[in-house]
Amino acid sequence: MKTRSGHSTKFTLLGVGVLLLLLLNIALGSVYIPLSAIFKVIAGDDSIREAWTYIILDYRIPKALAAVMTGSGLAVAGLMMQTLFKNPLAGPFVLGISSGASLGVAFFILGGSALGLTAILQVHGWGTIIAASLGSFAVLSVVIAVASRVRDAMALLIIGLMFGSLTSAVVSILAYFSPAEELQRYMFWSFGSLGDISWAALGILSLCYSIGIGLAFSITKNLNSLLLGDHYAQTLGVSLQRSRFVILISTSILAGSLTAFVGPIAFVGLAVPHLIRQWFTASNHWTLIPACILGGAVLMLLCDILAQLPGLPITLPINAITSLIGAPIVIWLLIRKKKLLF
Amino acid sequence: MSSTPKHSVLTTKNLAVGYGKAEKETVVNTINLELKAGSFVTMVGINGSGKSTLLRTLAGLQEPLEGEIFLEGKPLNQLDSATKSLKISVVLTSQVISKNLTVLELVSLGRQPYTNWLGKLTEEDKAEIQAALAATELENLKHKACYALSDGQLQRALIARALAQNTEVILLDEPTTHLDLHHKASIFSLLKKIARQQQKTILCTTHDIELVLSLCDELIVLHNNTAIQNTPEALIEQGIFENLFPGINVYFDKTSRRFLIR
Repeated sequence: MKTRSGHSTKFTLLGVGVLLLLLLNIALGSVYIPLSAIFKVIAGDDSIREAWTYIILDYRIPKALAAVMTGSGLAVAGLMMQTLFKNPLAGPFVLGISSGASLGVAFFILGGSALGLTAILQVHGWGTIIAASLGSFAVLSVVIAVASRVRDAMALLIIGLMFGSLTSAVVSILAYFSPAEELQRYMFWSFGSLGDISWAALGILSLCYSIGIGLAFSITKNLNSLLLGDHYAQTLGVSLQRSRFVILISTSILAGSLTAFVGPIAFVGLAVPHLIRQWFTASNHWTLIPACILGGAVLMLLCDILAQLPGLPITLPINAITSLIGAPIVIWLLIRKKKLLF
Repeated sequence: MSSTPKHSVLTTKNLAVGYGKAEKETVVNTINLELKAGSFVTMVGINGSGKSTLLRTLAGLQEPLEGEIFLEGKPLNQLDSATKSLKISVVLTSQVISKNLTVLELVSLGRQPYTNWLGKLTEEDKAEIQAALAATELENLKHKACYALSDGQLQRALIARALAQNTEVILLDEPTTHLDLHHKASIFSLLKKIARQQQKTILCTTHDIELVLSLCDELIVLHNNTAIQNTPEALIEQGIFENLFPGINVYFDKTSRRFLIR
């Protein structure tokens, strides 16, 4: 086909982009470390300053890997949601998963002190991760229970939005009664952070990520059929219930685990599938999913480089940076194309 | 109309269609139809008479309330969706499809039931796609995206997709809505040609009764919650069309085979 060669050029560009940005992401930071030292540390040379080794191995590399997984995972989840709901504004969080995570964390940080839980769970910083996982899992269970009853995908979308509103209302109430210090801790979580991730956490995250992406690939052929709508997909031999279930599980695992570990990250899941679709001019998910994996990684690495403001000792909240970049992209796409198509 | 249709492909026995599970709302009942291979049949009836409901039920997209549907003698509900997808294809106008798809991609999706889990097209698949594009005269438009097509072209592309699926039965839900007379006629002629040349069973719902009277082999008229199947001539003879529309505004003129307004 005519587009085959064009696609491989674009894939190569994206692949090179990921590698370059990965290297740049590790090289840049508040502390200047020369490139040669970075290569030596990665090669296992222990003649390098201990502080540098620590920064690279225990901070920068896990952070860069977390950025890659966050960007690609959210982009794939967003793509699946846009296809499933036939709605260009759907993203990985339409099912209320991030709201669920927020609720879990809000209960933990804001409501926890009242129950005396905070001190127990605060060990090793796993508390927020567990709380966020429980929160997203709770919402996920409800959504899947509802999905088996509701036949209309649009109704499911609205139910997801309603869950979002409900949870944010509960969070507001909790916040209203919370002391300033706890409120600030909750705020910091909601800014999102790629930096606080340990190798142990990264291991769990990569397991969830692999399962989510694996499920996405297992359902790719059916995603293509779903581009024609539910009825056409059924007459093409697609089991609607089963496909929907697999898509929901995959999205929930990706979005839920990522939110638990790095906090809510806006816009990546919404903007990347649109950018990829426009650039590749493709609808085939066998092209779109790998492209979203690479494209999401590129965008997230780029956002993280901007967030850490090279050379300065401060790091901006990553969630704000992705919105600052993502929102104008979506607006630009709308103005240029007049219409966003799923 | 020289080549006579052969064996019956799709039959129904005391079928009732409608909505609801606990509280059934029957739209059409005691439907006994027989669709033969190589025949072009149209289904007519006023708005809300249950055309689309019956069509969806025949396609297996909706459960019948009562009765049974047989596909080549086997009960339809005993076939799994993979088997059904090799036997029945549909053309639905009400569906929201991704308009980013090119005509070629859209038509290629018709081959999904035949491809492996990667969806890889074999030479045979490509030949079928090419044949479907040729039959609908879409070869020049195949790299165009669906959002850039006119209504008539999109309709042809959707028909091409069903052709690529290469099923015995093709069910179409109002494929000529929003089209002008020229394009309506060309769609109906195309459907008739496909039925004849490829020995397919084609059932198509429509509001263009006058047009299909001279083109189709048989009509199914949905009226007063029942379905009547017969040839156009027999139906006109029986005076079925005189009472098709309620009220006194529209009446059917037998000699000119036209509906007239008082």
